[in-house]
Amino acid sequence: MLELKNIHFSIKDSDRKHHILNGISTKFKPGELVVITGPNGSGKSTFAEIIMGLKKPSQGQIILNGEDISSKNITERANLGISYAFQQPIAFKGVTVRDLLQIAKPKNRDFEELEIVGLAKTEYLDREVNKTLSGGELKRIEIATILAKDSQIMIFDEPEAGIDIWSFDNLIQVFKKLRSKNKDKIIIIISHQKPIMDIADRVLLLKKGKL
Amino acid sequence: MMDLDEIEKDLLKQVADISGIPAGAYNFRVNGKSIGRKSTVNIDVKPKTTKSGIDVFIKANTKKDVVHIPVILSKSGHKETVYNDFYIGDNSEVTIVAGCGIYNCGVQNSIHDGVHVFHVGKNCKVKYIEKHYGTGPSQGKILNPTTKLHLDESSYVELELEQIAGVDSTNRLTQATLQKDAKIEIIEKLLTHGRQTAKSNIKVILNGKNSTANIVSRSVARDISKQDFKLHIVGKTTCRGHSECDAIIMDKAKVIATPSLDAKSLNAELIHEAAIGKIAGAEINKLMTLGLTSTEAEAQIINGFLK
Repeated sequence: MLELKNIHFSIKDSDRKHHILNGISTKFKPGELVVITGPNGSGKSTFAEIIMGLKKPSQGQIILNGEDISSKNITERANLGISYAFQQPIAFKGVTVRDLLQIAKPKNRDFEELEIVGLAKTEYLDREVNKTLSGGELKRIEIATILAKDSQIMIFDEPEAGIDIWSFDNLIQVFKKLRSKNKDKIIIIISHQKPIMDIADRVLLLKKGKL
Repeated sequence: MMDLDEIEKDLLKQVADISGIPAGAYNFRVNGKSIGRKSTVNIDVKPKTTKSGIDVFIKANTKKDVVHIPVILSKSGHKETVYNDFYIGDNSEVTIVAGCGIYNCGVQNSIHDGVHVFHVGKNCKVKYIEKHYGTGPSQGKILNPTTKLHLDESSYVELELEQIAGVDSTNRLTQATLQKDAKIEIIEKLLTHGRQTAKSNIKVILNGKNSTANIVSRSVARDISKQDFKLHIVGKTTCRGHSECDAIIMDKAKVIATPSLDAKSLNAELIHEAAIGKIAGAEINKLMTLGLTSTEAEAQIINGFLK
């Protein structure tokens, strides 16, 4: 169980304070696939980044399986079972697809996650995760990494962004399988896409920093 | 194994990746003396008679042979300039593994200046690997390699030049002249830390029609170390040249990268790229979301970058 209690987040722009999240409280139960949607700038990515520890809320608590993890850093949260697929995948110099998949899953030998997202192992495994790859390829590698990590809580931030229609259909199947096979996992997907909302157990609308 | 102590064996392992007598021809130089030398049917290794160093003669049509010529300095204060010349016959395919390891525990500088000249025949395929490594508690581990190459028609040379760690000062000079249809790839990797300084000056002259050069320099500068790179390509005819200088800068280090292109023909296609920057916080964060600590993430990125 993942619980967010009264989460606030704001940023300062010169003298003005912008409230991005205004007292978010919600719970996610094992076995759920929840879609978070809402207009641009409503705080969806911030919401996900706060769960992962990439951003610190100005107020509020995050409770994972009864433990307050609000003060835990990114690594500690990752090792407690939270993973996050970035909306804009990170390009590296010197880090290969194989490296990323093995960091996510140290005993990874068959790298089946690449095939699941429609990328041929022979072609991609030893390529650097850099800007010579297209946005769609980087996105699929990002998703494969999260599949390899196989955490209790998987958060996907706009997984459809930059992905072609064929791959998008494939992605829907990946999420369906992920949910049906893993009754103990919590899958949170930030998305605007109806086909993704259609497979969700719940859809939460985030607007002006409130659910 | 030749008579080496544990430190010398470790240096040998680091720079030449060998822990015993290698297959093929070799010359092992320790503290200014050859402690082992072997020629083979196709490769003749001879000491020079007028100055310090060796001549390596590789017969034409030699295929898939290897020559190891590592140098070890474990005596503090030892200073040497060594001249090694390679004469590679037409149609040969060889790998040459050089490299120098210095251990310094004294108060004096230990210096190895290695001058390597390659005369590469027609249609050859040559791989040259040179690793430099320093260790020991004292400063003054200095390596100044000079590598000059003359590539005859349709020959191909790949250079892997690597400074692993621990070298306090280096001044590297690499020069190549290419004839018709010849191709060279130079991959330089360099790590400096502490107060170390590194200078690298690479110059390639594309003399022959359809000759090509690809130079990739990757470096990491940590602490208060300083690096200065000059990559220069001259295109005299229809040719293609590309140079890329990529550096990760950390702490209070300083890096200067100066790529330059000199096109002397309308048909010379020359490109250079240079980028210096710190490790992006987003890269560290991404690896932390996969379970690495920030220190592990930084090490992963640096090791991968120099791999």
